[in-house]
Amino acid sequence: MLKQTEGSHAIAESVALCRPEVICAYPITPQTHIVEGLGEMVKAGELQNCEFINVESEFAALSVAIGASAAGARTYTATASQGLLFMAEAVYNAAGLGLPIVMTIGNRAIGAPINIWNDHTDSMSMRDAGWIQLYAETNQEAADLHIQAFRLAEELSMPVMVCVDGFILTHAYERLDIPTQEQVDAYLPPFEPRQVLDPSEPVSIGAMVGPEAFMEVRYLAHHKQMRALELIPQLSAEFRQVFGRDSGGLMRTYRAEDAKTIVVALGSVNGTIKDVIDELRDEGYAIGAATILSFRPFPSEELHELLSHAKRLVVIEKSLAVGIGGIVSHNLRMALSGISLHAYTVVAGLGGRPITKSSLRSLFERALRDELEPLTFLDLNQSAVDRELEREKARRRSGPSAENILRDLAGGAR
Amino acid sequence: MELQPIKFYQTGTFTVGNRLLDADQRSVQANMERTNSLNSGHRACQGCGEALGARYAIDAAMRASNNQVIACNATGCLEVFSTPYPETSWQIPWIHSLFGNAAAVATGVMAAMKVKGRKDVRVIAQGGDGGTTDIGFGCLSGMFDRNDDVLYICYDNQAYMNTGVQRSSATPPAARTATTMALGPEPGAVFGQGKNVPLIAMAHGIPYVATASVAYLRDLEAKVSRAMTVRGARYIHILVPCPLGWGAAPHDTIKLARLAVETGLFPLFEAEHGEVTSSNKIRHRVPVEEYLKPQKRFAHLFGKTPAVDTLARIQEMADRNIRKFRLMDERRHG
Repeated sequence: MLKQTEGSHAIAESVALCRPEVICAYPITPQTHIVEGLGEMVKAGELQNCEFINVESEFAALSVAIGASAAGARTYTATASQGLLFMAEAVYNAAGLGLPIVMTIGNRAIGAPINIWNDHTDSMSMRDAGWIQLYAETNQEAADLHIQAFRLAEELSMPVMVCVDGFILTHAYERLDIPTQEQVDAYLPPFEPRQVLDPSEPVSIGAMVGPEAFMEVRYLAHHKQMRALELIPQLSAEFRQVFGRDSGGLMRTYRAEDAKTIVVALGSVNGTIKDVIDELRDEGYAIGAATILSFRPFPSEELHELLSHAKRLVVIEKSLAVGIGGIVSHNLRMALSGISLHAYTVVAGLGGRPITKSSLRSLFERALRDELEPLTFLDLNQSAVDRELEREKARRRSGPSAENILRDLAGGAR
Repeated sequence: MELQPIKFYQTGTFTVGNRLLDADQRSVQANMERTNSLNSGHRACQGCGEALGARYAIDAAMRASNNQVIACNATGCLEVFSTPYPETSWQIPWIHSLFGNAAAVATGVMAAMKVKGRKDVRVIAQGGDGGTTDIGFGCLSGMFDRNDDVLYICYDNQAYMNTGVQRSSATPPAARTATTMALGPEPGAVFGQGKNVPLIAMAHGIPYVATASVAYLRDLEAKVSRAMTVRGARYIHILVPCPLGWGAAPHDTIKLARLAVETGLFPLFEAEHGEVTSSNKIRHRVPVEEYLKPQKRFAHLFGKTPAVDTLARIQEMADRNIRKFRLMDERRHG
């Protein structure tokens, strides 16, 4: 059904249609509206057969989810930023135990400095925890991916993170198509766990595993993700059959057929990228884009094929691997084996800095002329950085950098 | 074959032998039908108080719930010695997730059972003192706060024994651990630190809190059985001596557990909704030295010049407990 709704609320409705049995809620901006929406539905009796549990921390949220999932319940939670880091130990644990929990990440920066706005630092920090990571480009896709996520998680017995850009998507109101219960029921069968805590068939779960078997258990997690490389496109195709629209998959290209320059990015920034590509195409440049929807597993083969005829690769990333540069671009290096091209890493939009069309346009123009540095920080205020470096040079006790820069920008520099 | 006389009493205790009791009053462990939930063959040390406490507690919970128990275990000795896979001592559905989240995992299992209409399945969370009073404390308090239908059992051996005897917030003052060395002017753990989690549990107003000891196994079984008749969050804190960590002889585990109670250092009581409802009376009161002396972790108190002041402070703690929890029979001792 078409309706004008907030991204978070659409996700909540979509999750509710998946008939979750246990939902753990702990507030953190910008995911809070999702669990609030679900809580409302449970309290009002619209979402039945579901336990909504207010926990005392994100660590508890995912721990409760681990218990519920191990006891055979379809389980959901959502978090962001510091919350994801606070539950980090449980994130790895849920994956190690092979529990098909679905969790939304309302992508947000990590402090310090504390910052509530969007970038991908949070989910990127957990990229190797053993969860499948899907990144939604639009709110329609965010809503749809959750339905696919439960199917994927339960088929593989592996947790799935659905990453949704904080504020840009979670708080945006737009026209979205919310599926019907019949559609979702037709797509998503009831949860049939591979392992379950059951007094009539007692098993021990979470035992100590030594050097004799640990590698094998970890390898199996990798093997499952390799299976997911086949499964994700299948589930996306089936989704199209039932719901009548394209959502999900491993990656999606835009005007990339004959493109000599390919821009790669994750999430909502692809909307802006596409607009700029349209402009440049109109002017005759052979430029296209690829959206990575599944960052884990990483679609290396698909990207290899896409890039095998390209001359230039521009990776726009909303996270920074401090001390080396880009995370996505480093993952892409594996896919570039045997391909010779100019690869540019662009770190952009950290802490919610807007990634504008004009900035992208001048960036792509420089890329097309091969005038970009290998690592670029889009719209970095270099003079503010220089002034702080000067202060640090001038005085040993130069004080806290973040506060210095803010004071400087406000015109009150010492 | 030489005939052995029947012993009706355990030496040095007031415990009545099972054979004097009616069949329905006999201990769970005395019953051939006991479930052996934590089966033999595990890797606990000789004289392990935790293994003993866990076996009695879980078997009692099994009997009280018609064998419908799921257990969630914190990381620690109990987890490590019971499940060196492919061996497991657990005959019940059992999950270990992390060190600090047993209470939260139990909440999740409980929620799943509730939503599946299996209210007959009872959920137990268990851990050592480190996993309960320190790293798992947030999740424990959250579970109490929500009054989730979970019985949490803490097996308290008063330090991080699994990692090599480091101080926890349950380590008593003056005790030597690997991180409270018996050095300097105030050797061992300092006075004035540590927390009393049974009292903190009571402060949450949860329906049932009890302390128990492996020296009083019938009492332990009775408290677990009582806890299983209650719905909501419940907490049982069991003192379980650790021969390795305490520097005591394995055959002294029960004796030390008993002395901890008889000195007044570990009061046995029950509380409902934040109010103490009963306490076990001390019948043979003993000075704290008798309890401390057989333990190497307190050896520095008994050197060439005994730490008289320190011993007096520990005795004061015991005396305070006796007053606070009314541990002496007031009719007899005025």
